[in-house]
Amino acid sequence: MTMNRRDFVKTTGAVAAVSAFGFPHIARAQGKKVVIVGGGTGGATAAKYIKMADDSIDVTIVEPNKEYYTCYMSNEVLSGARKLESIRHGYDGLKAMGINVVFEKATAIDPEKKVVKTESGQELAFDRAVVAPGVSMLYDKIEGYSKEAAEKMPHAWKAGEQTKILRSQLEAMDDGGVVVIAAPPNPFRCPPGPYERASQIAMYLKEAKPKSKVLILDSKQKFSKQGLFTQGWERLYGFGTEDSLIEWQPGPDAAVVAVDPSTMTVTTSFGDEVKGAVVNVIPPQAAGQIALDAGLADDSGWCPVDKKTFESTLHKGIHVIGDACIATAMPKSGYSANSQGKVAAAAVVALLNDKEPGIPAYVNTCYSIIGKDYGISVAAVYRLSEDGSTIAGVEGAGGLTPSDAPDFALKREVQYAYSWYNNIVSDIFS
Amino acid sequence: MAKKSLKLALAGGALALGLSSGAFAAEIASGKMLVDTCAGCHGTHGNSVGPASPSIAGMDPLVFVDMMTAFQNGDTYSTIMGRIARGYSEDELIQMGEYLKEQPFVPVKQSYDESLVADGDAYHEKFCSNCHEEGGKALADAEDYIILAGQWTPYLQYAMEDFREERRMLPKKMGRKLDQMLEEQGDKSLDALYAYYASQQDYKQE
Repeated sequence: MTMNRRDFVKTTGAVAAVSAFGFPHIARAQGKKVVIVGGGTGGATAAKYIKMADDSIDVTIVEPNKEYYTCYMSNEVLSGARKLESIRHGYDGLKAMGINVVFEKATAIDPEKKVVKTESGQELAFDRAVVAPGVSMLYDKIEGYSKEAAEKMPHAWKAGEQTKILRSQLEAMDDGGVVVIAAPPNPFRCPPGPYERASQIAMYLKEAKPKSKVLILDSKQKFSKQGLFTQGWERLYGFGTEDSLIEWQPGPDAAVVAVDPSTMTVTTSFGDEVKGAVVNVIPPQAAGQIALDAGLADDSGWCPVDKKTFESTLHKGIHVIGDACIATAMPKSGYSANSQGKVAAAAVVALLNDKEPGIPAYVNTCYSIIGKDYGISVAAVYRLSEDGSTIAGVEGAGGLTPSDAPDFALKREVQYAYSWYNNIVSDIFS
Repeated sequence: MAKKSLKLALAGGALALGLSSGAFAAEIASGKMLVDTCAGCHGTHGNSVGPASPSIAGMDPLVFVDMMTAFQNGDTYSTIMGRIARGYSEDELIQMGEYLKEQPFVPVKQSYDESLVADGDAYHEKFCSNCHEEGGKALADAEDYIILAGQWTPYLQYAMEDFREERRMLPKKMGRKLDQMLEEQGDKSLDALYAYYASQQDYKQE
C-alpha cells in the first residue's frame, strides 16, 4: 500500500499540530556542568549527545582506561576472526568535540554536594551526573573465585586483558581439551553472550582442534535466542550427537558454585567436579562498584531509575544508564546502553535548560554470529508505558530471526552485524 | 519540482491524530529522538559508515515512509528491518522522515572498479535516468528521488538481488528496463552501475 504525496502532506500537518509545543529550540544551558562516570558505551554516548544538543554545557567523562575495548564483538577475538585492536577505541573523537576526559577512577559520588571524587583527590562539581559504570563481577558468589583467580580462569566479560588471556589459553590448549564456560544467572550483561562465545570457540575448535569441545555449565534452565542457537549448533557443530563440539548442561544442577584454579576444576551445585583445559567463569553480576558505593542500587544490586529520564529514583540529579540500571524489558546490551545514553542526554539537556524532557524512544538490536556466514538477531522497539513505570516492547514488533531463515539471510545478518558494529562505535566514539 | 513544505498543510485544517495505542503515552516522540535510535546501525544523523546498512540521511520523506511501510507489511523483504519497522506508527514514521530530510546525505567513501564507471554511466543514462534523475543523487529540491549515488554498494546489491528474486516489489517500468539492460548487456551491467553509483563521492545534497 502506497501513500500518495497529498495524503502524506495531510497527515504531516496533523502531526505537526500535535508536536507543536515540543518545537525545537536552541538549547543554551551556559556554564552548566555534567560529569559522566564511566566512558563505556552508555557514558560516551551520553557525553556526545549532550554536547551535540547543547555545546554550552561543560561535559566531563571520568574513566580510568585510556582505551576502551567493546565487550560486543570480543567473542570474535576469541575465535581469531578479528584482532583485539579492532575492538579498541580511544577518546580523541570526543575530546575534539570539546568533551573533557579525566583518565582516573572515580572513587565516590556525593549526591548532596554534587561532586564526583577521583582517585587523585580531584573533586568534580556537577549540576547533573550520568553514571554508566557497567557491571561489577560478584566473585564471592563462587567459592574460590576472585579477581586473582580470574587471571587463570578468566571471565573475559570485560574486554581487553581478560579477552587476551582467554584467547591465549585457547591457542595453547592441546587438541582434545574441554573448554568450560560457566554461564551466569540472570540478570547479567549481554544475555546471548555466553552462547555466542560457545559458538565462536566451537568455530575455532572445528578448524584447529576438532577433538576438543565446549562444555557450557549453566546456572539457567533456558537462555536468550536458545532455539536459534541450538539450531545453528546442530547445523554447524553436531549439537546433540556424540561428537558435538558443544554440550550444554542446564541449571540449577549445572550451576558452577566453586572453582579451584590450581587444579582447573569447577564444582557444580549438583556436586559434580569438572576439569577443564580452559575454564571461562562468568560470575553473577551487579551494577558497577561506584554505583553500589554511591547508594544508587537497591537490594537487587541494580539501579532503579525514572524510565523517562533515567534519573535515579534514589538520588535526584544523577542519571544511571546502561548495564547498571533497571530498564524493565530492555536487556543489558550495547545497543540498549547507546539508546539509553541518548534518552538520558536529551533529558539532561532539557532539565538544564529548565524544560520538560520530551517523550523518549528506545531500541535494542543484538546480533550473534554463530559461525561463518551464519548470523542471527533479536530486535525490539520500546515505549514508555502511560503511567511511566515501565519500558515495554511494542506489540507486534521486534523479535527473532525466523527459524526458517534461508542461508542468504543468515549470511546477510553477519554483514549487518559488522555494519552495526562499525556504526555503533562510530556513533559513540567518533 | 518545487519543494513543498510538508508542514504548510497545517493551514489546511488539521485534525489532531495523536497515537492511539492503548497503554502507551498518547503523544509521540520527536523526529530527532526517534531517528537517534536508528544510528546504531545507520550511523549518526543517518549517514552509515557501512558496509551493508545503508545511509538513510537526506531521503525524500515520502519515499522513507513508503519504504518503511513496505518493510512493515513484508512487501519488501528484510532480515531485521521489518521487525523494527513494525514498532512505529505512521505518524512516527512521518516525523522520522521529516527529520531525516533535514540531515544532509554524505556520499560514502568506498572502493569501486574505476574501469567500469564509464559503462555504468552510460547504462544509467539509457536505462535508469528516466526515473532516477541526476545520476541517482540525493537531491534537495525534488521529490520521489531514491538515493543511489554515494550509497553503500553491498546494500544496493542486496536490494537488486531482492528485486530479481521477487522479494521486493519491482515497479513495472523498472522491471522492463532492467530486463532490457540485462538482455542487452548481461549481468556485468549491474556491476558497472554499482561502480558508477559508488564513484559519486564528492557531491553535496543541494
